[in-house]
Amino acid sequence: MQYQSQAVAKPYFIAAIGLFVGQILFGLIMGLQYVMGDFLFPAIPFNVARMVHTNLLIVWLLFGFMGAAYYMIPEESETELFSPKLALLTFWVFLVAGALTIVGYLTVPYATLAKFTFNDLWPTMGREFLEQPLVTKVGIVLVALSMLFNLTMTVLKGRKTSISIVLLMGLWGLAVFFLFSFYNPSNLVLDKYFWWWTVHLWVEGVWELILGSLLAFVLIKVTGVDREIIEKWLYMIIAMVLITGIIGMGHHYYWIGTPEYWQWFGSVFSALEPIPFFMMTVFAFNMVNRRRREHPNKAAVLWALGTGVMAFLGAGVWGFLHTLAPVNFYTHGTQITAAHGHMAFYGAYAMVVMTIISYAMPMLRGRAANSEKSQVLEMWSFWLMTVAMVFITLFLTAAGILQVWLQRVSTEPLGFMAAQDQVTLFYWLREISGVIFLIGLVLYIISFFVKGETKEAA
Amino acid sequence: MSQAFTKSMARNIFFGGSAFFFLLLVALTFDTMQVLPKRDHRENITPAVERGKMVWEKNNCIGCHTLLGEGAYYAPELGNVYARRGGGEFIKAWIKSRPAEGTPGNRRQMPQFNLTDQELDDMVAFLKWTGEINTAKWPPNIEG
Repeated sequence: MQYQSQAVAKPYFIAAIGLFVGQILFGLIMGLQYVMGDFLFPAIPFNVARMVHTNLLIVWLLFGFMGAAYYMIPEESETELFSPKLALLTFWVFLVAGALTIVGYLTVPYATLAKFTFNDLWPTMGREFLEQPLVTKVGIVLVALSMLFNLTMTVLKGRKTSISIVLLMGLWGLAVFFLFSFYNPSNLVLDKYFWWWTVHLWVEGVWELILGSLLAFVLIKVTGVDREIIEKWLYMIIAMVLITGIIGMGHHYYWIGTPEYWQWFGSVFSALEPIPFFMMTVFAFNMVNRRRREHPNKAAVLWALGTGVMAFLGAGVWGFLHTLAPVNFYTHGTQITAAHGHMAFYGAYAMVVMTIISYAMPMLRGRAANSEKSQVLEMWSFWLMTVAMVFITLFLTAAGILQVWLQRVSTEPLGFMAAQDQVTLFYWLREISGVIFLIGLVLYIISFFVKGETKEAA
Repeated sequence: MSQAFTKSMARNIFFGGSAFFFLLLVALTFDTMQVLPKRDHRENITPAVERGKMVWEKNNCIGCHTLLGEGAYYAPELGNVYARRGGGEFIKAWIKSRPAEGTPGNRRQMPQFNLTDQELDDMVAFLKWTGEINTAKWPPNIEG
């Protein structure tokens, strides 16, 4: 690491990994509840487990993005961070607020939590992914503003690179579009319409700017390819992201009461959404093939390439699978959606955070790369988690196809629960894959503690 | 990419393209807002429907069920439950009769939410109104 203040990234990365473990444990609980309905009931009902699972995902990715930004921005700007103290304070505020929220989910009934946090005064809770109490939502905004202030001041006083500008735009966009989570009209259709302005414009919009800039940063470092070339790719990729993705939001507006023309806009534009992900894959492989140096951190290169491939498969291919309106008519709200959600979040966002952690963490610990032994273990964890996620996705897809057939296509449609009973086998297989994923994650954590011969960071 | 295609050209495509399509989104949103009243029948959103949505949210129903296909995929779609169950009596009886310690056997469990009679009526009003939204004929059949 070249600037002392980059060190503030370290606690962010550690917290991200810790919350990631929590996310996976709750995923396993839910997976088991799919086949053993009374597991942990009534202590942890499914809706609580799911809220913890998805909220932990969001929060650990945010920790990862923030850690990445605090690491990258000083190096890109060639100056110390504006205020490392503020960054550390922000870290603790976010961690404590996040932890208290999760404890709240787990210890009191959700309705009680809503009451104690004055949800009646300004109702925002109880909507998918935005379940946080109002006070937590306000906290998220304050944390984001503190980070944006800190990073923007740093960029303003230093070198302005395309990577840091794209990263800042992504993070500003994240904060701005989160504001829609405070708008909850009593008209469900309006509520859903603008709920997507947070959810879709995050994951299929501004988050991809963050993803692109993280990937570009690591590729510059590990390949030594000329910055001009990498930044040109970055702009082309994010141009395609927003050109396809903004109107691609129409694929959420097929069946929620919105006019039918969205079926055309949504189908055409979201059918193009795989293009930027394909470009990302080509980009990653191209840059690694044209590398001008052999970086000792082989694991980081593997994560970078993996991000390109898995983001394309999960977000691109599995998204396309059910994005056309005539297909989505049958698949909407089934296990097909769950399959896509799992591989897309892992392939695009979980993996890019692990890419930047893989690159930056050794630097933060004073070496160019981890020891050979440590890297071998990290690469094992890469393959275990990634292959396990591929199988989770395949099993959920199989369950989803059967569900659609039994419940929505066949001449004598089964009821929801009757159809679910028919696909239990696939839920068991998914749970087994989930256990493999957890093993991979445990190895990943162990890899941080494996010693061995290392070279000092340059 | 060839040398003739420079970074600043790529940057211009990004800014120009994003701005154009964001404005298109705003325009389409404006049009959607004009059309929506005919499709969501907002004239039927009574205070009971509004309170029912609050009951729905305060109990995190979306954590298991889908509503118009959005939510969790653990329990049945409820956008059309009013029609599927032939009215509100079944819905109220179902919610009221969930055992606090769970149903015996290896079944998926729905918690006992201890809703008041008023809350149950409001919930039904909300689900009834939701069922009348014009959803372009989704879901494909009554099973949701």
